[in-house]
Amino acid sequence: MNRSPVLEVKNLTVKFGSDNPVVDAIGFEVHAGETFAIVGESGSGKSITALSILRLLPVNASVVADEVNLNGVDLLRKAEYELCKIRGRRVALIFQDPMSSLNPVMTVGEQIAEVLKLHFSMTKKAIRQRVIELLTRVEIPEPEKRAGEYPHQLSGGQRQRVMIAIALAGEPDLLIADEPTTALDVTIQAQILALLKAIQHKTGMALWLISHDLALVSTMADRIAVMQKGKIVETGRSASIFQNPTHPYTRKLLDALPSMDSCLGHKREEKPSLLKIDEFKVYYPIRKGIFKRVVGHVRAVDGVSFEIEHGKTLALVGESGCGKTTLGKSLLNLIPAYSGQVIMDGIALNKLTGEALRRKRADIQIVFQDPFSSMNPRMLVSEIIDEGIRALYPEVDAVDRHARVIDLLERVDLPPDSAHRYPHEFSGGQRQRICIARALAVQPKMIVCDEPTSALDVSVQAQIIELLKDLQKEQGVSYLFITHDLGVVAEIADEVAVMYRGKIVEHGEVEQVLLNPKNAYTRELLAAVPRLQNKDV
Amino acid sequence: MVVLWTDALIFVLLIGMIVLSVYMLRNPRMTRPLRQIGTSKTGMVSLTVLLFFVAVGLLDSMHFHSKDSNEIVSVLDQWLSPIRLHGEKTYSAPFAAHLFGKELMVLEDGGPVWAYPRLQYGGAHLDDPESELFYDVLMKASFGFIKSAIPAAIVLVLLVQKFRHRQNALISQASAKAVAWTIFWIVTLCATLLELSSYYHVLGTDKVGEDVLYQAIKSIRTGLVIGTLTTLIMLPLAIVFGILAGFFRGWVDDTIQYLYTTLNSIPSVLLIAASILVVQVYMAKNEEQFTSLIVRADMRLLFLCIILGVTSWTGLCRMLRAETLKLREMEYVQAASALGVRRRIILFRHILPNVMHIVLISVVLDFSSLVLAEAVLSYINIGVDPTTHSWGNMINGARLEMAREPVVWWSLTASFLFMFTLVLAANLFADSVRDAFDPRRMG
Repeated sequence: MNRSPVLEVKNLTVKFGSDNPVVDAIGFEVHAGETFAIVGESGSGKSITALSILRLLPVNASVVADEVNLNGVDLLRKAEYELCKIRGRRVALIFQDPMSSLNPVMTVGEQIAEVLKLHFSMTKKAIRQRVIELLTRVEIPEPEKRAGEYPHQLSGGQRQRVMIAIALAGEPDLLIADEPTTALDVTIQAQILALLKAIQHKTGMALWLISHDLALVSTMADRIAVMQKGKIVETGRSASIFQNPTHPYTRKLLDALPSMDSCLGHKREEKPSLLKIDEFKVYYPIRKGIFKRVVGHVRAVDGVSFEIEHGKTLALVGESGCGKTTLGKSLLNLIPAYSGQVIMDGIALNKLTGEALRRKRADIQIVFQDPFSSMNPRMLVSEIIDEGIRALYPEVDAVDRHARVIDLLERVDLPPDSAHRYPHEFSGGQRQRICIARALAVQPKMIVCDEPTSALDVSVQAQIIELLKDLQKEQGVSYLFITHDLGVVAEIADEVAVMYRGKIVEHGEVEQVLLNPKNAYTRELLAAVPRLQNKDV
Repeated sequence: MVVLWTDALIFVLLIGMIVLSVYMLRNPRMTRPLRQIGTSKTGMVSLTVLLFFVAVGLLDSMHFHSKDSNEIVSVLDQWLSPIRLHGEKTYSAPFAAHLFGKELMVLEDGGPVWAYPRLQYGGAHLDDPESELFYDVLMKASFGFIKSAIPAAIVLVLLVQKFRHRQNALISQASAKAVAWTIFWIVTLCATLLELSSYYHVLGTDKVGEDVLYQAIKSIRTGLVIGTLTTLIMLPLAIVFGILAGFFRGWVDDTIQYLYTTLNSIPSVLLIAASILVVQVYMAKNEEQFTSLIVRADMRLLFLCIILGVTSWTGLCRMLRAETLKLREMEYVQAASALGVRRRIILFRHILPNVMHIVLISVVLDFSSLVLAEAVLSYINIGVDPTTHSWGNMINGARLEMAREPVVWWSLTASFLFMFTLVLAANLFADSVRDAFDPRRMG
């Protein structure tokens, strides 16, 4: 490759105030027609790098570099008004969340036209034509009709397509995609990635992909840079990095990746049944009119039956909106069921009320996805953990309670002095450990884990999975593990239930479902999961 | 000793505050936030200023029958007797020796002359105000300053020395120094003003010749009463209704919403006017209960607070309802109900502390708008009694003064300065309190 690069960065350092540099003396090149990827865990500085090159960082950031060269133009030596002509025209950005990057009160067509008006002098008619053309190119059906619609009328995948159309409107030389599919379901993710590939093939632009997902990057990128704590620790061609990683950090990341094959050799043993649901339904009423009459129902969970055995894990897999979280919460009576029973040890939990229900709550607990909103920021960790003990076992005195908190912290591998700190002082993984400790405090027989690892980095994710498995071995607690990530399922589950539009479409042993799926939807789901290419064959 | 209704309530409030502070000082959990307030210089300085205002307000809330005139006066009135009793005929500018307007005077030889007459008290000790005034004011001011600065400095230095090496003090060295300086300046300023006030009208006099400085100082109590008592009435309504509506939804929410939309749809000025008129009629019918002017004025002030409180809870209530709606869906609230925590405990432990920042901010903002509301209501004669000293009444009076030529600017300026200082100090203090009690903002 002897062409001059589209983007050339030499010795870039970004600092906020007088703190340690967030990006520390990094350099890389992006060539025309290639896909370059920066991979790293959260906080490694990958998004900051992209924003600093376009000078989109807050004012207290200091950006220093020997050179940031875009097609022969040094971006850091340009005045702000000149940069405005480069942003969106020569370089375009796509962000993670398509909902918050689109303006909700402008139609999709207007938002694309805005870029065209800014960078090209075109007639109204020509703009209109170009908008339709762009929407066609990002494969949105009925582009004429869609151009007049508002963002909320589109699905998540379509919104991200619109974002790509906006990015393409300026005919950029370089497209920066910052976690473009993280907020999307796997099947949609596969479509968006294929689209990006196709567009790149057609226009020959350079694509700079920023992601935390090694498997995804391995399917997309030509060259890869691995970033850790602001430094690029390893760069190279994608194939060589995945075949023989040289840096220990890269190796650690690769090892931490959950693999589908880990379900092989899973042993099946019969255990007594713990929880059983039969034809379970959760409907949300749709109310209309001044008297709020119920005119219909949204069938979130529509007749689901399964059984969980003592000390076993059932994974509930499905895409967003399929009703899996609703099902999990209604098992705990947090959302009322429409019909059906939750039977645990012969007692119908969802038929209990008042004090009887409160007493029974100890049996089944929940761990949430977002470790940041699942703890009261104004309570100390010790108070968070002993809240359940205080509520359900008021006879336990303060000394015993404290001893129990320390014991629980040890069990989830946190130092005992964590008890006297606030949740915001901990990292995401540590917070998730505290949440697990809180659930364990009341000695539940079962824990509903609602995407407990999706907000975490891969290496932390692997640790939490390990912890959950250990706890299951020690205490014999059962899990209902709700997730969209099939790799994690292979690591932890005994059985898998695949959910689609409120119904379970396939249910079976983990090996059978993941390696030998019978249902068409399961097969589609599995095919869409990005897999590590060329991993030690 | 005479105890007016508002006096009693103020002291009840004071006792409440003292109990709360003792509880907070004793509670080891509170040490960290308190220490953070202690290290914030702005916070401590504004607290000092605020406490000074409160002290003045408290002195003005201890009433008794005066021996010589059988009037009901406060301790503060007694202290400020020289200023209070030194009334002139009408307007006079700050530090003036003459009245503000020309008058027809009769000379010794019997001829009439159109001139500025000398004041009865202001600068009365001067023979030739023209040449002596500036020098005399400077002398008196420096004398007052030095007289107070020396003892104040000695006491403060001794105090600072004594506590210098105390470990684990709640207040940091830097903010202790700032507080010491603030106290020093407040004390010397007061002493200088007092010294000057026995010879001059530092902020001039108003239409009926009353000293404006005295009016402004007396207004502190009215401002504090309206700000605190109204909040005291409004807060429980807003918090209880707002949180209940947001947390329980359903019919509870519907009922509370109907209640506050109904209340909101009545023009509040009309409601206040009606209520004040009812109180006035009541007082006219039961004259034997309201023997003196000051008792009547106090009754009216109290009712104004109650009415303002009853009509102004809706805004905060709506905000709290919205916040609670958001909080009840938070995962920690769901986790708590999954843990079998009772609902009322969830309300106290998870919802209430997490809406407190809104309460704190809106209380401080309301405090200033209530002082202003009082001014607006006085304008249409349904505010505090015209005989009650208040910044509102002063501003209201300034309406006509601003139309004069040359302008009479001192009433407005004085009330503005006092109001500004009080509201600013309250705002800054509330800021540091909010920062200290939010664990996410810990540095």
